[in-house]
Amino acid sequence: MTPLSSRPASSPVGQSIPHESAALHVTGRALYTDDLWVRTHGVLHAHPVQAPHAHALVTRLHTAPALEVPGVVRVLTADDVPGVNDAGAKLDEPLFPSEVMFFGHAVCWVLGESLEAARLGALAVEVDYEPLPSIVTVRQAIEAESFQGGQPRLERGDVDARLAAAAHVFSGELDLAGQEHFYLETQCALAHVDEAGQVFVQSSTQHPTETQDIVAHVLGLASHAVTVQCLRMGGGFGGKEMQPHGYAAVAALGATLTGRPVRLRLTRSQDITMTGKRHGFHAQWRAGFDEAGHLLALDATLTSDGGWSLDLSEPVLARALCHVDNAYWIPDVRVNGRIAKTHKTSQTAFRGFGGPQGMLVVEDVLGRCAPRLGIDPSELRRVNFYRAGQQTPYGQTVRHPERAVTCWEQVLTDGGVAARAAQIASFNAAHVHTKRALALTPVKFGISFNFTAFNQAGALVHVYKDGSVLVNHGGTEMGQGLHTKMLQVAATTLGVPLSSVRLAPTRTDKVPNTSATAASSGADLNGAAVKDACEQILDRLRPVASERLGVPVDAVVFAGGTVGVTGGEQVVAWGDLVSQAYYQRVQLWAAGFYRTEGLHWDSTRMHGSPFKYFSYGAAATEVEVDGFTGAYRLRRVDIVHDVGDSLSALVDIGQIEGGFVQGAGWLTLEDLRWDESHTPARGRLATASASTYKLPSFSEMPEVFNVALLERAHEDGVVYGSKAVGEPPLMLAISVREALRQAAAAFGPPGTSVELASPATPEAVFWAVRRARGDGGLPQTAPLVEGGLGVVPEQPDATARPLHPRSEQLARQTGAGD
Amino acid sequence: MTRINVTVDGVRYSDEVEPRTLLVQYLREGLGKTGTVVGCDTSNCGACTVHLDGTSVKSCNVLAVQADGHEVTTIEGLATDGELHPVQRAFHETHALQCGYCTPGMIMQACDLLKENADPSEQEIREGLEGNLCRCTGYHNIVKAVQQAAKDLSSQAVGS
Repeated sequence: MTPLSSRPASSPVGQSIPHESAALHVTGRALYTDDLWVRTHGVLHAHPVQAPHAHALVTRLHTAPALEVPGVVRVLTADDVPGVNDAGAKLDEPLFPSEVMFFGHAVCWVLGESLEAARLGALAVEVDYEPLPSIVTVRQAIEAESFQGGQPRLERGDVDARLAAAAHVFSGELDLAGQEHFYLETQCALAHVDEAGQVFVQSSTQHPTETQDIVAHVLGLASHAVTVQCLRMGGGFGGKEMQPHGYAAVAALGATLTGRPVRLRLTRSQDITMTGKRHGFHAQWRAGFDEAGHLLALDATLTSDGGWSLDLSEPVLARALCHVDNAYWIPDVRVNGRIAKTHKTSQTAFRGFGGPQGMLVVEDVLGRCAPRLGIDPSELRRVNFYRAGQQTPYGQTVRHPERAVTCWEQVLTDGGVAARAAQIASFNAAHVHTKRALALTPVKFGISFNFTAFNQAGALVHVYKDGSVLVNHGGTEMGQGLHTKMLQVAATTLGVPLSSVRLAPTRTDKVPNTSATAASSGADLNGAAVKDACEQILDRLRPVASERLGVPVDAVVFAGGTVGVTGGEQVVAWGDLVSQAYYQRVQLWAAGFYRTEGLHWDSTRMHGSPFKYFSYGAAATEVEVDGFTGAYRLRRVDIVHDVGDSLSALVDIGQIEGGFVQGAGWLTLEDLRWDESHTPARGRLATASASTYKLPSFSEMPEVFNVALLERAHEDGVVYGSKAVGEPPLMLAISVREALRQAAAAFGPPGTSVELASPATPEAVFWAVRRARGDGGLPQTAPLVEGGLGVVPEQPDATARPLHPRSEQLARQTGAGD
Repeated sequence: MTRINVTVDGVRYSDEVEPRTLLVQYLREGLGKTGTVVGCDTSNCGACTVHLDGTSVKSCNVLAVQADGHEVTTIEGLATDGELHPVQRAFHETHALQCGYCTPGMIMQACDLLKENADPSEQEIREGLEGNLCRCTGYHNIVKAVQQAAKDLSSQAVGS
């Protein structure tokens, strides 16, 4: 066991404690970014002018009428930008655009004494547009060859030869939808100018360092002149990894130009119409099986809907390709990826970051092919699990593949699946218009940022003279419980009670150059950095304790708020030792750092070992479908999930439950509808509020919901033996979709293979039931074809270039990194 | 502008407001009661739920002038003498929150539900909170919290 992962007995890590801010949340005292302006003097409010076209040139922008509106102070346009007029690191997202790239694109921002004044001012701004042709679906983009960014290819073996020799070859297509984050707190920033032109921005951001970078480049300032703080977020889910930067920059620009604090908070409809979402994908695939159902080869081409700019589309696509295997061994693989450029919001990170989309492809393949192979879908999945020693298509040996098996078998046992399958069979035999089904799906999800450079973190731990401890780290809190876990890590390492440790808000002037709190990596990376900082402090305190207690330095133990030796009676209170150390002029604070060792990844070849480890889980979901309407209920869900030795079980189980429900929302309820007509409303998002965009609510909860953590799951080499939890459970919800597919199939004769649209809304299930019954239906998805004539995944042309991220180029240039 | 007299969390206020001012705007911007938050703007999410004369309302869907002469309780006025209300305590203990943004509204709605029905079934809890959205928790622990609060409240009632 490594020192990083070994855990002392009876320590604060592992305790099931409430969320660190729970007391503030239940009393309404927790502060979010938009709560701050109310306590700030002289604040200006920002309101956008949103374009009513999917694609257009701005031919005239006349702002003077806005200034006639009482209370309007200033209109911000491209001419005001002293630095770079761009909201992103890739420089393809003009902050004040001259070309409108999606319906609702903000062309300028109005500042007012009140939000109402700013809103009326925005209405008064005169903008002339020259509408241009627009592309609003992935299929249109494919037809028009409208792509952006690199086109990665993941390849192993000889797919064509293996397919030619396979006993069964199937092909098909899949269109899977995107998803709106719908964090309950919309994007928000509040910017001030301090003395000497230094800018301080409060931002609801998962990535304070990049928000700082973008604010600095827009203002033409060095990073040291910009500080970004994130108190907490009212949900993030990836939607605040890249999206907050532009809004923070607009607020900061307004503040520097007026000298007054500027508040920018998006309304819900602005947020939905302006910010990026989960990428929808189009997939074409061919898959070969042997007689026993073993997957032999997969040839797939995945096209993501990137929207108008690249944003994080390249790494999202890379992760999708790296998860097309999910938990399955596929000897020969060729997966091509490309990013459609469409006139829509710039799609971005969303919990799972492409992983869910990649996995859904292979699960769709298995779910559709199982009936045609005459194999039970659960059995088909199980026979294809990875075994020890096998490698992923990108060349990483799969660590702990047996854990997928353990999770799976525990779900079978705890869920009483065999008995329930028999009950379902007799229920279905007795009911013509209502059918039930139970589906199991596994999850194997790679943990670490694909791009090696981002796998680093920092922390700053202060021990004050009175023994109290203040922890700063580079991660942000969005509800996932990161701060709770960091308190537990610090208290455990220092051997002090939790009550002695407090968390400070995340700030770029405390811990610089941080990575986004993303990729489920927050606790792994920041936890190790916090632990490092705490250990440095202990190393300095040990000689003080050694001298005071008259024991060898190595024998000093810090535990339970006291310092002593193992088994020894003589102890000194932590606070007393700290106080003594201060007077001996011992440094009582430390900066911690962590970089994940052993990672290497070549984006251009899509090859390497990008992940520290894999997270595993399995879910069994039972549904009941009404054949008349397609309406359905989730009767029962059983989950077993691997979080290593949990740092904080309440937090982890909450993440699993919430992730599963959010995934179920993506796959069954949440239906983004963009206007595809050729009217002036083309490209407009028709589902731009909670009244038209259906989110999971209490009524869609599983009737029975059992979640268990995998036991004896210590993860060597990770902070206190734990594992990441944020994203992997979302993909357990694929079991809901597969159960719906099986229930729809049960309306047809045995062996019916069902094409199910995604999201599997009741409407989509209704059509799936119709097709299963042989009644025909809407042609929503290309049918499954067996044999040679079918879908042939498109292969990239000679001009396609692979991924070649700047982070990898720079790391290699300087010789730094792995 | 219209003058309103309203009691919020036990304190009487007399203020001039524009007739179209939403109650939630008045609470947040007028009185600084930022514990009540805005989530969706369209009265779907319930994050802004407060009590008007003891009954839950979505304060983004009520005008401040409608509160004239009435009593408003927000999440900030629920605890008494520093003691958490049993519903607050239950949300705290059962980890019925993550980002916390829906929590004030969820708690206010749960209080209203328990006032109407002191011993709700699991199904009744789900139906009673249907108008409040949470994007983080998957709702499981929220139901548990309301069940625990119902028990605590009924044992309190027996004890008093």
